[in-house]
Amino acid sequence: MGDSVTTVVVGAGHAGLAASHFLRERGVDHVVLERGQVGNSWRTERWDSLRLLTPNWLSRLPGQDYDGDDPDGYMTMAEVVAFIERFAAGAPVRTGVNVTSVRRTDEGFAVDDLRCRSVVIASGACNVPVVPDFGDLGVHQVTPFDYHNPDKLPDGGVLVVGASATGVQLAAELRAAGRHVVLSVGEHTRMPRRHRDRDVLWWMHETGLWAQRYDEVDDLDRARRLPSPQLAGGLEVDLNTLTDAGVELVGRLATVRDGVALFSGGLRNVCSLADLKANRMLAGFDEWAGLTDRVPLEPTRVPAKPRLRLDLGGGEIGTIVWATGFRPDYSWLDLPVLDDRGRLRHDGGVTDIPGLYALGLPVLRRRRSTFLHGIEDDARYVVDHLIRTSRGTFDQSVSEAR
Amino acid sequence: MTVTDNGVNVQALLDAREALKGAPEAARFTWRATSKWDRGVHSTTTIENFYGLGAEQSHKAKTEFAADHPEVFAAEDNGITPIEYLLVGLAGCLTAGVASVAQNRGIQLRSVTAVVEGNHDIRGILGDPDVRNGFNDIKVTFDIDADASKADIEAIVAQSQKRSAVFDALTNPTDVTVEVA
Repeated sequence: MGDSVTTVVVGAGHAGLAASHFLRERGVDHVVLERGQVGNSWRTERWDSLRLLTPNWLSRLPGQDYDGDDPDGYMTMAEVVAFIERFAAGAPVRTGVNVTSVRRTDEGFAVDDLRCRSVVIASGACNVPVVPDFGDLGVHQVTPFDYHNPDKLPDGGVLVVGASATGVQLAAELRAAGRHVVLSVGEHTRMPRRHRDRDVLWWMHETGLWAQRYDEVDDLDRARRLPSPQLAGGLEVDLNTLTDAGVELVGRLATVRDGVALFSGGLRNVCSLADLKANRMLAGFDEWAGLTDRVPLEPTRVPAKPRLRLDLGGGEIGTIVWATGFRPDYSWLDLPVLDDRGRLRHDGGVTDIPGLYALGLPVLRRRRSTFLHGIEDDARYVVDHLIRTSRGTFDQSVSEAR
Repeated sequence: MTVTDNGVNVQALLDAREALKGAPEAARFTWRATSKWDRGVHSTTTIENFYGLGAEQSHKAKTEFAADHPEVFAAEDNGITPIEYLLVGLAGCLTAGVASVAQNRGIQLRSVTAVVEGNHDIRGILGDPDVRNGFNDIKVTFDIDADASKADIEAIVAQSQKRSAVFDALTNPTDVTVEVA
């Protein structure tokens, strides 16, 4: 039998380390188990040019603000890793420990061989790229996990499927590298980088929209499934800038039949929906600021005749980039806490299994939950709850039992 | 305060959505049409029964739809052209969506008119392999009089497309099996 500890945190990304920050502050003995190195996903599962979507001045972790000389810039992945590494100082992290099982025990949980009273799942929301299965398509296929830069892709055109943050960024980068790019656009969240000369995230932050609590959101299920906004760290990228750059927009990839990709004829509608929602958000910012004039976005320009078919064997496309989203991996969790769609059931990070918590999931407790600066409130709440409801530390209860 | 009344029981729809969350089987519907050839390109299609909520269901009345071709196709024009039924379906579905979404958003409608036009190059059905058989494109133009801003009306129309069965069926491929019994 292995050793024991009061709390096990699974994952040493910013979420797990934020939990550790508050657990240390409250004197709860714990370990943070990390399959790779601190900030592993940021190190190994991101493309080369990616920058954080949040401006530096807003990139904070509990007790640690950005202290560089470019507050309006956006961190590179190396900078994010360094920022998280600095935050990890003093945290009881065990790296290279891949959790394969979490079970219930009489006294709490067993995380592989390690017994504990409580577990904080902070293993991330984006562990597995979601890729539709259309069988062998006869072209090179990559997910954002395999994609590094345009030079690493085989020659030829690229079909980018998905127009959320990942899809628009990769489409822009591939087009700038001279590739022929077709972008398949389904429902998406349009968000201009700047509104009235301020970063859109300044508005989200200052108006309080970003701090909106999960139990105040109208349709929480929907908010948690919302596609990531069409943002990039720095440059302005939306469907119009992509069209100007020569990217061809097509509708959602509906299916592949006989080697031909078939796209939905509903492109105009998903663009209208996104335009309307984005303008509503900006109008809300203006109202908050007491401004009566409006600066609506240029409507998304949809091609007069969007293509409905693309022959994947015709030589036009050499690679498909699946920017179709991610899902968490809970294959190691042997607890009845997933819903029928494989999502973790939780109420603001508190699951219905006493002692089992989650952090770092979309709109966990606030709209900003998955952003760096969004973790502080969530982690503090979860750790408070964990301490309030636990009946003492593991060692105490074991000695009491004796 | 005036109460919005577009004649749509939105509460029943919202309740159904909740109820079906725990009963996905009940959400499986099968719609049926039975068609009988009359003569020439004239046929009569009857719709009466369907399956849903776990049981056989019936409409209040049986409805018959005559399909034929117009005289410019050298036919007798005993009814509308089959492809025009797609326009009927799209118009009906989007309009129902507009009324429901408006009701849900508390917007009183006074009038809703939709003009639906489907462009069709008939060389396809006459055998030209380079021309598609079906519509080349479809355009729907809504004229809506309601107590709402233009942006709100546009949002209703956009949401109606997002939730429309027929819009989806026309804009996305559907697997179709045709057999001889």
